Amino acid sequence: MDLASIYRAEYGRCVATLARILGDINLAEEAVQDAFTTALQKWESPPPNPGAWIVTTARNRAVDRLRRESTREARQAQALLLHQQDEPQEVGPVKDDQLRLIFTCCHPALAPDARTALTVRLLGGLEVPEIARAYLVQETTIAQRIVRAKKKIRDAGIPYRVPAEHELPDRLPPVLTVLYLMFNEGYASTAGPLIRTDLCAEAIRLARELAALMPDEPEVLGLLALLLLTEARRPARLGPTGGLVLLVDQDRSLWNRALIVEGHDLVRRCLRRNRPGPYQIQAAIGAVHTDGAATDWPQVLALYDQLFALAPTAIVALNRAVAVAEVHGPAVALAALEDVDLPGYHRLPATRAELLARLGRDREARAAYDQAIALTSNETERAFLRTRRTELTHPRRPS
Amino acid sequence: MKQYLLSVHVVEGAPTPSDEETQIMFRETGRINDDMQAAGAWVFGGGLTSPDSATVVRVENGATSMSDGPFVETKEHIAGFWVIKCADLDQALAWAERCAAACGPIEVRPFDELSQA
Repeated sequence: MDLASIYRAEYGRCVATLARILGDINLAEEAVQDAFTTALQKWESPPPNPGAWIVTTARNRAVDRLRRESTREARQAQALLLHQQDEPQEVGPVKDDQLRLIFTCCHPALAPDARTALTVRLLGGLEVPEIARAYLVQETTIAQRIVRAKKKIRDAGIPYRVPAEHELPDRLPPVLTVLYLMFNEGYASTAGPLIRTDLCAEAIRLARELAALMPDEPEVLGLLALLLLTEARRPARLGPTGGLVLLVDQDRSLWNRALIVEGHDLVRRCLRRNRPGPYQIQAAIGAVHTDGAATDWPQVLALYDQLFALAPTAIVALNRAVAVAEVHGPAVALAALEDVDLPGYHRLPATRAELLARLGRDREARAAYDQAIALTSNETERAFLRTRRTELTHPRRPS
Repeated sequence: MKQYLLSVHVVEGAPTPSDEETQIMFRETGRINDDMQAAGAWVFGGGLTSPDSATVVRVENGATSMSDGPFVETKEHIAGFWVIKCADLDQALAWAERCAAACGPIEVRPFDELSQA
């Protein structure tokens, strides 16, 4: 393993453990960065347990640093460190620390934008410019969000602990949302290339860690399964010329079998628990899509009905309409979309356009495609919609 | 231990609570006060009269001036507050949840480190 991949894998874990030892996120980050700089100079090849080496080195560097500094805060932190020395010496990153850090970064008292930026920065080890590129936001904006969030954690006393069982219903959803949004932004970027594999990979890595840390939370497993089953189809999502390929037209032989097997296995584990939630149901839908040679649409529709009963949002209604079209035809689906309102979201007019086209209502379909094209900021998606619009005069599919 | 200000915010023009609602609110805030004291979290708390009874005092160039009315004319004002001490924000938020159920929206603000030393 090279230093860059060790950094990506170990950074968040080490910061999490150091944050507990030092009682301060900024100090923890500095100490871990110091330790990696030392590693760069000292390692001829990585030690057998690089995480343990980084934690020990970072901890020693932090003690040195605190001894040199004489501010009240530093003295307090040092006192904390000395106190810790009676306790068993750390042998490496502690798993619970990462869980603590995830819950701190995704605390509901922080703004949603800040939660995501902070999680990607602290647990993913992504630098501010990388995060800014990934989210297409100014670097200064990202930097400011992170600084403000860290300041609030410190000033407001946001605790560094895993919430108790009874708090999880409130505290787990924001964590899952952050990972889900991170993956989504990677899978369907708001601009730039359609797919940003770095964000997808990071979201999956963190979801895997979370699932390993909380194996008894079915929604955590459900989220991981959902991400894996979506990621599995990624290789078939773009055609040879880089154009978007719809699910029905995808070459299934390109799908990642290993991820599908893992995802299906997780979905079965969730089913056995029988505590359904929105992520588990979406994962089950992903499992149906990736099971066998063709999608069992009545099964997908039944799952969307279940999802809508649990989470009656406009997005779910939109996705459900796609399944309705496959089971009951485009006219019923179009009627189901009548009351759906998603201002500014291109997929609503795009779906309506698709349904209108199937009904042979070309003029209305063209208008809906125009609306969708105007709302799409992603070039790949725009190109796809333009092609569909052109195809209206040469229908591929009899309506 | 950190100290937090829990302030009760009311919007001007909001319907005046009925006598019965006011009774319930007093009873519940009384219970909250008792529980805060029992938990060692209570530092201070109280309700305020309406902002039109406020007076603003200024000292400029050694001269004191007084004027009628709240400092800023706003649609929202503070109707009461608690000062509590607890270990972290989660504990403060748990108290705030109870206060909000009794009195409406609560703003939770930590005191700065110097004032809690």
